[in-house]
Amino acid sequence: MQDTAEAPVISATSLDLTFQTNDGPVHALSGVDLNIAKGEFVSFIGPSGCGKTTFLRCIAALEMPTGGTLTVNGMSADDARRARAYGYVFQAAGLYPWRSIEKNIALPLEIMGYSKAEQADRIARVLDLVELSGFGKKYPWQLSGGMQQRASIARALAFDADILLMDEPFGALDEIVRDHLNEQLLELWARTEKTIAFVTHSIPEAVYLSTKIVVMSPRPGRITDVIDSPLPRERPLDIRDTPEFLAIAHRVREGLRAGHAYED
Amino acid sequence: MRGLLPILTVLAAIVAIWYAAVAPMNIRGALDVAERAGAEVMPTESLARFERPIWRLMVDNPQYIALGYSLDRPRLPTPVQVGSELWKTTGEMALNGRAFSKRSLIYHGWITLHSTLWGFALGTVLGMAGAIAIVYSRVVDMSLMPWAIISQTVPIVALAPMIIVLSSQVGIEGRTVPKAIISAYLCYFPVLVGMVKGLRSPGAAQLDLLQTYSASGLQAFLKLRLPASMPYLFTSLKIGIAAALVGTIVGELPTGAISGLGARILIGDQFGTPLAIWAALFAAAILAGVLVTLLDLTQRATLKRMGMQA
Repeated sequence: MQDTAEAPVISATSLDLTFQTNDGPVHALSGVDLNIAKGEFVSFIGPSGCGKTTFLRCIAALEMPTGGTLTVNGMSADDARRARAYGYVFQAAGLYPWRSIEKNIALPLEIMGYSKAEQADRIARVLDLVELSGFGKKYPWQLSGGMQQRASIARALAFDADILLMDEPFGALDEIVRDHLNEQLLELWARTEKTIAFVTHSIPEAVYLSTKIVVMSPRPGRITDVIDSPLPRERPLDIRDTPEFLAIAHRVREGLRAGHAYED
Repeated sequence: MRGLLPILTVLAAIVAIWYAAVAPMNIRGALDVAERAGAEVMPTESLARFERPIWRLMVDNPQYIALGYSLDRPRLPTPVQVGSELWKTTGEMALNGRAFSKRSLIYHGWITLHSTLWGFALGTVLGMAGAIAIVYSRVVDMSLMPWAIISQTVPIVALAPMIIVLSSQVGIEGRTVPKAIISAYLCYFPVLVGMVKGLRSPGAAQLDLLQTYSASGLQAFLKLRLPASMPYLFTSLKIGIAAALVGTIVGELPTGAISGLGARILIGDQFGTPLAIWAALFAAAILAGVLVTLLDLTQRATLKRMGMQA
C-alpha cells in the first residue's frame, strides 16, 4: 500500500461472491481485502478458478458481490461504471468485424454521446498512444492479433477513464509479441498515469509489469500474498535477468505453490 | 473459371439422363401416333399395349423409339422441346410485341412475381419482428417459437384454399393478397430462424463490453446485434424468397386461378399439354434463380460495404 493520505482508487473489504449452481454454491471470492492506490499497476495472478477475473468483473460491476464492500473512486462499482470510471480490455480483442479500427474505437464514444469532432480527436490521440496511427481505416481482419489487441486497448482508453481493467489481454499472443506489448503497455502507463488492474497467468509478465502483485488461489477464491515490487518504474526488458526480478518471481511462484498444496 | 468444368459435367449428366428417360416415357405415345398413321405396331391392340411394360414395348418396336423424341404432346418432352416452348411463350411473343398477352409466360411470370415480392416483404417483416421479440423476451421465445415450428408442419396445399376463402369472406378482392399471405406464410419461417440465430450470435464478452459502457438496450441492438445478424439475414432471405415463390405457385394451383405460373401448370395438366407445364416449371425455376442471384449480389455488396469479406 502506498503511504499517501489519498483514498485508494479501488478498495475491497472482506469481499465475498458465491455463485449458486446446480452442484451447490461455488465460492468464487472469499474475504478479499485489497486497496489499490492511484497510479498503481496491480497484477492478479493465480490458477484457473482463483477468482482473479471475477474480482476484475466485480470492479467493473459485471458481477455483483454477495458480501463485503467494494468502492471504485469512492463510489459503488455500479455508480463508477456510470461515471465512466474504467476502460475494460478483454482477453479477445472483440473488435466488430464490420467496423474499421477507427470506427471500433469510436464505439464507446458514440454510445457516450461525444461529438463527431471530439471523436476524431480522441481516435487520433489513442491510435498514436498504441502506435497504430495510419491503421484507422483498416478492418480488424487486416491486422495481426497483437495489433488487434492494441486497437482494443485504444478503444478502452478513448474515453479517458482513470482506471484500466485488463483481463489477460495478451494471453492469446505469442511470447515475442507479448514482450513487445508489455514494453508498450509500461510506456503507455507512464505517459497516461492510469491505474491499471491486470489479470495474467504468466509470472514473468506479472513481475515485469507490476508495482504490486496479488497472488490468488482457488476454492475458495482468495488472496494468499500481496507483493509490493521494489523494481523501479522504468523497466527495460532485460530487467528480467536481474536478481531482484528473479527474487520476486520466486516469491510469486512460492505463493502459487502454497495455494495449490492443500488440494493435492 | 475453375468451377466451370464440374458445373458443365453435372449439367451434361442431367441432360443425358433426361434424354435417356424420354424414350421409355414416350414409347406408348409414340406407338399410338404411329398406329393412327397406319403403321404396324406390336401388339396391335391398344388395350394389350396398355398392359405391357414399357421396356417390352421398346424391345418389340425399336423402330418407333425415335418417334418419342418429336411428339406434339409428349409425356416427357426433350430439353429442346421445352426450350423452344419456353421461347415461343416468352421471347418470341415479346419480339411480336405481345409480351403481356395472356398466353405469354412473361405475363404469368409477372403475376407470380408480383405476389411473391409482396409475400416476401410481408414474410421478412414478420420474421424479423418475431425474431426480435423472441430474442428480447423469454416469454415470447417459449410461446411463439413452438407455434412457428408447428406452422411449418401444416401442408401449405391444405391451407392455401382456406386462406383464399377466408380472405374473400373479409372482402379482399382479387388474388394478389391471399397469394401473398400464403407466400409470406412459407417465407417468414427461415427469416425468423436465421434472424434469431443472427441476433444471438454476439458472444457474452461482446455484450459485457457494451455493458461496461453502460450502453442502453437499444444501442446494443443497433450497434451490435443488428449488424452481427446481417450475414445470417441474407442467408435466410435467399431461402425465404425461394420459399415465397413456391408459396405463390402453390397459392395459384388448387384455387381456380387463371393467371400466374401455378395456374399455367394446372391448366397444362387439365388440358393435357405437358409442354406448357414444363415451360411454366422452367420459367418458375429461372425466376427463382434470378431472385436468389439478385439477393446474393446485394449480400456481397452489403457485406463488402460493411468490411466483412474476410
